[in-house]
Amino acid sequence: MAKLALLFLFALPLLLSLTSLLPLPCNAFSVDRPTDRRLLVLVDDLAIRSSHSRFFSSLQARGYDLDLRHADDPGLALRRYGQYLYDGLILFSPSVQRFGGSLDLAAVLDFVDAGHDLILAADSSTSDLIREIATECGVDFDEDPAAMVIDHTSYAVSETEGDHTLIASDDFIKSDVILGDKKIEAPVLFRGIGHSLNTANSLVLKVLPASPAAYSANPLMKLSSPPSLTGSAISLVSIVQARNNARILITGSLDMFSNRFLKSGVQKAGRSIKHEKSGNEQFVTEISKWVFHERGHLKAVNVHHHKVGETNEPSMYRINDDLEYSVEIYEWSGSSWEPYVADDVQVQFYMMSPYVLKTLATDHKGLYSTSFKVPDVYGVFQFKVEHQKLGYTSLSLSKQIPVRPFRHNEYERFITTAFPYYGASFSTMVAFFIFSIVYLYNK
Amino acid sequence: MGAKAENGPKPPPPLSSPPPFKALVKLKTKQQELLIRSAALALIYVLAFAIRLFSVLRYESMIHEFDPYFNYRTTLFLTRNGFYEFWNWFDSESWYPLGRIIGGTLYPGLMVTAALIYRALRFLTFAVHIREVCVLTAPFFASNTTLVAYFFGKEIWDAGAGLVAAALIAICPGYISRSVAGSYDNEGVAIFALLFTFYLFVKAVNTGSLAWSLASAFGYFYMVSAWGGYVFIINLIPLYVLVLLVTGRYSMRLYVAYNCMYVLGMMLAMQIRFVGFQHVQSGEHMAAMGVFFLMQVFYFLYWVKDMLNDTKLFQSFLQITLTCAIGVGTLALGIGMASGYISPWTGRFYSLLDPTYAKDHIPIIASVSEHQPTAWSSFMFDFHILLILFPAGLYFCFKRLSDATIFIVMYGLTSMYFASVMVRLILVAAPAVCLISAIAISATIKNLTTLIRKKSKAALTVSSKATSNLKASAKALLDQSLPFQQNGAIAVLFGAFYLLSRYATHCTWVTSEAYSSPSIVLAARGAHGGRVIFDDYREAYYWLRQNTPPDAKVMSWWDYGYQITAMGNRTVIVDNNTWNNTHIATVGRAMSSYEHEAYEIMQSLDVDYVLVVFGGLTGYSSDDINKFLWMVRIGGGVFPVIKEPDYLVNGEYRVDKGAAPKMLNCLMYKLSYYRFGEVTTEYGKPTGYDRARGVEIGNKDIKLEYLEEAFTTSNWIIRIYKVKPPKNRW
Repeated sequence: MAKLALLFLFALPLLLSLTSLLPLPCNAFSVDRPTDRRLLVLVDDLAIRSSHSRFFSSLQARGYDLDLRHADDPGLALRRYGQYLYDGLILFSPSVQRFGGSLDLAAVLDFVDAGHDLILAADSSTSDLIREIATECGVDFDEDPAAMVIDHTSYAVSETEGDHTLIASDDFIKSDVILGDKKIEAPVLFRGIGHSLNTANSLVLKVLPASPAAYSANPLMKLSSPPSLTGSAISLVSIVQARNNARILITGSLDMFSNRFLKSGVQKAGRSIKHEKSGNEQFVTEISKWVFHERGHLKAVNVHHHKVGETNEPSMYRINDDLEYSVEIYEWSGSSWEPYVADDVQVQFYMMSPYVLKTLATDHKGLYSTSFKVPDVYGVFQFKVEHQKLGYTSLSLSKQIPVRPFRHNEYERFITTAFPYYGASFSTMVAFFIFSIVYLYNK
Repeated sequence: MGAKAENGPKPPPPLSSPPPFKALVKLKTKQQELLIRSAALALIYVLAFAIRLFSVLRYESMIHEFDPYFNYRTTLFLTRNGFYEFWNWFDSESWYPLGRIIGGTLYPGLMVTAALIYRALRFLTFAVHIREVCVLTAPFFASNTTLVAYFFGKEIWDAGAGLVAAALIAICPGYISRSVAGSYDNEGVAIFALLFTFYLFVKAVNTGSLAWSLASAFGYFYMVSAWGGYVFIINLIPLYVLVLLVTGRYSMRLYVAYNCMYVLGMMLAMQIRFVGFQHVQSGEHMAAMGVFFLMQVFYFLYWVKDMLNDTKLFQSFLQITLTCAIGVGTLALGIGMASGYISPWTGRFYSLLDPTYAKDHIPIIASVSEHQPTAWSSFMFDFHILLILFPAGLYFCFKRLSDATIFIVMYGLTSMYFASVMVRLILVAAPAVCLISAIAISATIKNLTTLIRKKSKAALTVSSKATSNLKASAKALLDQSLPFQQNGAIAVLFGAFYLLSRYATHCTWVTSEAYSSPSIVLAARGAHGGRVIFDDYREAYYWLRQNTPPDAKVMSWWDYGYQITAMGNRTVIVDNNTWNNTHIATVGRAMSSYEHEAYEIMQSLDVDYVLVVFGGLTGYSSDDINKFLWMVRIGGGVFPVIKEPDYLVNGEYRVDKGAAPKMLNCLMYKLSYYRFGEVTTEYGKPTGYDRARGVEIGNKDIKLEYLEEAFTTSNWIIRIYKVKPPKNRW
């Protein structure tokens, strides 16, 4: 007994030190607080810690725990005992051939499929592994390893003429949810490789497309054949919002997060305005807010439906019933749930196709409601809310409800138009009765 | 008017020999006969029940096959929720997402009967479970049928024939096939109702009594409430009346019997929701209405004839009236048909009149094995000696023609025709065949025993009628001087007894071997002769019940729909109530498409699980691969993208290496043979050897992209797959 206690005493500090090493799972990603907390940053060169420090410190200032590791650190793991240790992953390690520890392609994809977020930055030294991750997310980097995005019309003006691989782009996606309310005035500097979107993938979006004059080629070589990627088919920065609302940011330029790009001034070719500071800082901050669910996250609660004049939810409706449907939708502001205000939330009353499609009215406090008449069709219906709006997480609610026909005693007892028939049958009955009496007893 | 209907009970054959028992000594001859007759009837009653219990003893007290599971589920609902809930039941668990109004699309007679029996037993404080009642309903009604057969036989011939008929029908395999314990189907009570209605109607025609006619209307009502086969009654009886009219057998008795039965029966039948206004609106019921009006015309004509007393005048009047009546009738029918008020004949009705109709036009009817034309062997199997005795009985009937025998002859001939069109209608023919055969047996034996008893003296004076009724061998005895007459009669009698005992043996054997399998539990002989039980169906359904979400939707071929809802308690897309051909065709299309195409269909139907039946490992031949061509045909009937030749190679259906490429990659093939290529099924055969079809399968390396295996039963008979959610990042 004493021996056991001794062993326990010995083991206790060890356990304590172990738990302190692990990130505590108490403030992890949750349904109530969708913003990420713990981020794993993988770099292939620890110098990135200092060269990209502004980006990292802006994240830390917003309350993220950063765990910066070398990409081939043998202790790397995304999950332990079935629990994810991180809520987000930042891959600033374009050249890594193999991750260390238990991390590999499948682990990264599983991480995303479990609802976690990912930022992936590549550059001209991008390895096959990073390319494969991008491909799995619906984005294909230019296959030529030496190719860079070149743009002779919208490059950033600098002292030397250069090869026009430093691109100044301001053709942002028009979405306040993704890029914040404040307009990004200055162009964003980009130097890196281009990618194209897989047409089969309907979830991937260009945030920053290249200009129509851009092309992807090796800047050191003379262009002998037409480049494979040209014009606005090239995307500089793309985002994916997966079906489980995991968000992914993919860019071909690691430099656009660097302190140098964040600080430098910019003048776009052909424009007279010279900005003191490039738009990079605002751009990467705002888009990282979006990626880590500080913005654009919706939740729907308290889905209710009931007959007009009642409050309890029935297990079944009858055809031609009047019903009321309501749902509360809230938006995550980064720290609290605010009412979501929109005028285009619609509900479908659906059985193989929508029988009723109504726009929900809102009270601007988060409550959306409407009322309608159940169609004159019986079957198993669904209340469906499919609210997919650019930048917002997709709301997909469905609630099954059977609709039955009339019961035998719910029809009208007497129909006015049928009174001639009633009269006919009753008069026949009376006449027959009289006839019988007369026939039988009139002798 | 042919007054040949005086068919009261014939005076029993005189029993001249002294009774052997002392107790019987005191009774009069008539009482003795009554005692023997009722004792025999009681024994037959018990026998009819007992022979149907093979399945309970072999397996267990369980519901069989497919449709009975639906009937059981509805009966359970009826006993739990009461009649009005049952009547208004909207079932959202079948035909997802359309649902089915159960109360308005079924014949409630069976369920109500079982629920009443259950209530009665409960009232008598028998603590039975409703399942036991359901299992034993069919045998109970089979026993009752023997009683009806006795009275019917008595009505058309004599008590002896009735007794023989009761004995024959008690063990007739054609009837047993649908009424063993556990076969809780509409036919179980419907055959009783059918025969009962016919008996009451014949009784009404024979007596001209309004009371019997009323009773037959109620019998008809019960039949309508129990089975769609009531259409047979409502067409046979008018046909019979028409034949009587044509042959000049019109009488007041017939007038009273038919009019009362038709009018009241129609009114009562309209109370069944599923039938509704069909009696006045559907083409199948128009014959009865036409004959009803014809009866009135006849009555009117007789009345005019009575009043006129002038044949010539009457003749011209007759011509005018008949032409007018027929003209008006045809016009009314034509207008009704053209305006759509009277619906045309249904496909099922057509397929009865024209056996090739279903094959060309309605694959969903042709796909059911019990709707196939009957093979000669199954007649022999189901009727045995009755098949030979049937013509002999017809001969006897024609010899002693009366209103009643005309009826049974017509019933026998029409039902025999229908039995040869569809296998399952052997059931309808069985009572008629038994009755007519009973007449043959009874008459023959009676004649033979009369011959023996009367010895040489009286036999000589027997009217030529009786002797001519004997079979060919008996004909030789016609020569009265022959000394072997008595011996010959004894020999023929022994022959008859031998045949009848063979019949009894055959029936018992057939019942125990062929008709007592519940088909939900399969039995086979193992390598050492022992019985091997495959209980895969229930294993799979219980898995579904316990491991899937309560609102999961299961897609399978429609055969298994009723069982999945009843035993698995899960929502199905299609089931055995094949009311919506398009929905079934959609499932057929999904099964015969490539996986990605099928995935879209399954997504649109919210399918969560797919269930297939596969017999390749056990050699169970009625599996989905063997039914697959019907899925293709039914699917292709609605969606022309599915073409049958794509699945065939030179018109041949195969699953081995030489199979069509579309066949090897369609969903049904993939789901059936997934991972089957790894299995060695038989010693000395390559892996993936399909025992049901005896070939090595052609696609051993099956990868599933949109589905994943969820459960496979221990003998691989049922395989359940889960439909994966859409890809996360695409």
